[in-house]
Amino acid sequence: MTLQLPMPLDPPAVLLHPLLNDLLEPLQAGFMQRAGLLGVLVAVVCASLSCFLTLRGWALMGDAVSHAVLPGVVLAYALALPYALGAFLFGVGAVSLMGVISRRSRVKEDTVIGVVFSGCFALGLVLISKLRSGVDLAHILFGNLLGISDGDALQTVLIAVGVLLVLLLRRRDLLLVCFDPAHARAIGLRPARLQMLLLVLLSLTAVAALQTVGIILVVAMLVTPGATAYLLTDRFDRLLLLAIGSAVAATLLGLLLSYWLDASTGGCIVVVQTLQFAVVLLLAPRYGLLARRRPASLPPES
Amino acid sequence: MPLPFVVPAAGPLAPLVPAPAGLDRITVTGLWAGYGDGPVLQGLDLQLAAGSICALVGSNGAGKSTLFRCLMGFLAPSRGTLRIDGLPLAEAQRRQRVAYVPQSEEVDWQFPIQVRDVVMMGRYGHMNLLRWPAASDRAAVEAALERLELLPLARRQIGALSGGQRKRTFLARALAQQAGVLLLDEPFSGVDARTEALIRGQLLDLRDAGGSVLIASHDLAGIPGFCDRVLLLQGRIIADGPPATVLAAQRP
Repeated sequence: MTLQLPMPLDPPAVLLHPLLNDLLEPLQAGFMQRAGLLGVLVAVVCASLSCFLTLRGWALMGDAVSHAVLPGVVLAYALALPYALGAFLFGVGAVSLMGVISRRSRVKEDTVIGVVFSGCFALGLVLISKLRSGVDLAHILFGNLLGISDGDALQTVLIAVGVLLVLLLRRRDLLLVCFDPAHARAIGLRPARLQMLLLVLLSLTAVAALQTVGIILVVAMLVTPGATAYLLTDRFDRLLLLAIGSAVAATLLGLLLSYWLDASTGGCIVVVQTLQFAVVLLLAPRYGLLARRRPASLPPES
Repeated sequence: MPLPFVVPAAGPLAPLVPAPAGLDRITVTGLWAGYGDGPVLQGLDLQLAAGSICALVGSNGAGKSTLFRCLMGFLAPSRGTLRIDGLPLAEAQRRQRVAYVPQSEEVDWQFPIQVRDVVMMGRYGHMNLLRWPAASDRAAVEAALERLELLPLARRQIGALSGGQRKRTFLARALAQQAGVLLLDEPFSGVDARTEALIRGQLLDLRDAGGSVLIASHDLAGIPGFCDRVLLLQGRIIADGPPATVLAAQRP
């Protein structure tokens, strides 16, 4: 199975300023274009999801799910099943387990998340060391954006587009459940089901992102864009757009940086994202740390 | 009772979907419900007619929140039945027959949402699955904003509102929903006299449009003078009648 990603035409070199041409030179290589497209797609999905996760107080849940899928990946490889299947089952399983434990016991939710995800991840490490699975731990941890196989790339594209469609079409209900589950219930929605939908989408995203950008990058991508956008706006649709925009910019910039510096791609992307957050945290017009110093008599947005 | 503030009348509300002939808005029979360590509600019976305002009074632990949780579908009763407009609860909720005004402590005031967006959430149940508002939804939202004098604040983030404005926002959402049953949890705690008058006017209009309003309050002193009926709750209803009668009976 080969994947035909759209290949842009040769860049119109004569039309670009020579400096700009030099700067964008890395993007003219075919493998970099493919990496860029996949990275941007994963960034868009993760950023959209991050808005809901930060608002629901589930920032850690992205961390948890992306780690918890590891044993699923290893087992799926060992049994010659599609890795996405194994990862998805373990993701949803871990999420359900966390839900059951935090409802049934007195242990708090964040503690349960910590116990379950580190337990799953550790199980994955044990399996990797004992099974001939062909799973490269470094690729799972840090992704393999530049060397991803066509089949894995296609899987990533299909899952990412599906998750994105569901998220965007059901965003109002998902937002309502994050904001006011009691009202959601009163108008006939089932908050528990919608929360589960969010977690299933999260598991799918972790699956899609695992091979492309790796666990560590996924964790950042599922938190930082939402947090950055949260400091910039009071409207949810704008929050989504800002999160997506900042994540896409960070991905492209990080990719170029990693090429120039010959440094870890995932690392560069996360560093750029974190810098974005730091700048916004300081300078955001209303919610930035420096804005707070201004007189409190400023009227709120009219 | 003299009104400390005269609030301009907003005109009558459009009539709400009526309860089927001969049926009460809320009918609760033999309700037992509670948590792990024993039932809080022990055989509670309650009928609430269309066109009435009723205060539900009980101390902490008397079962007010438990009853509300049952009426919202968050807690399944262990015994007994609960019907709204003659319908099972889930069906009544799907048909937009129940609205709820939360206490301020239940809301995340930092949430990136503006007043008009909150009120629009009252219309979600009337929209298609994608929640795209029709002209009628927008009209209902604007009307509710106007009734609660929120139009100048419609684009404020909810955290930038005063306590009374916050209460008004969530009451506007409930009005926009146009449900026959309205559940309010401590709606008058910490609001000034003018806001109280504004809220009272809306509740009376809702009653006149055929609605049934249930107000939870933790002490007898806090019950609004305009309600038709007071229920004292202590695991079940221990006193039921017009405010004057119930208050007189409770005096030592």
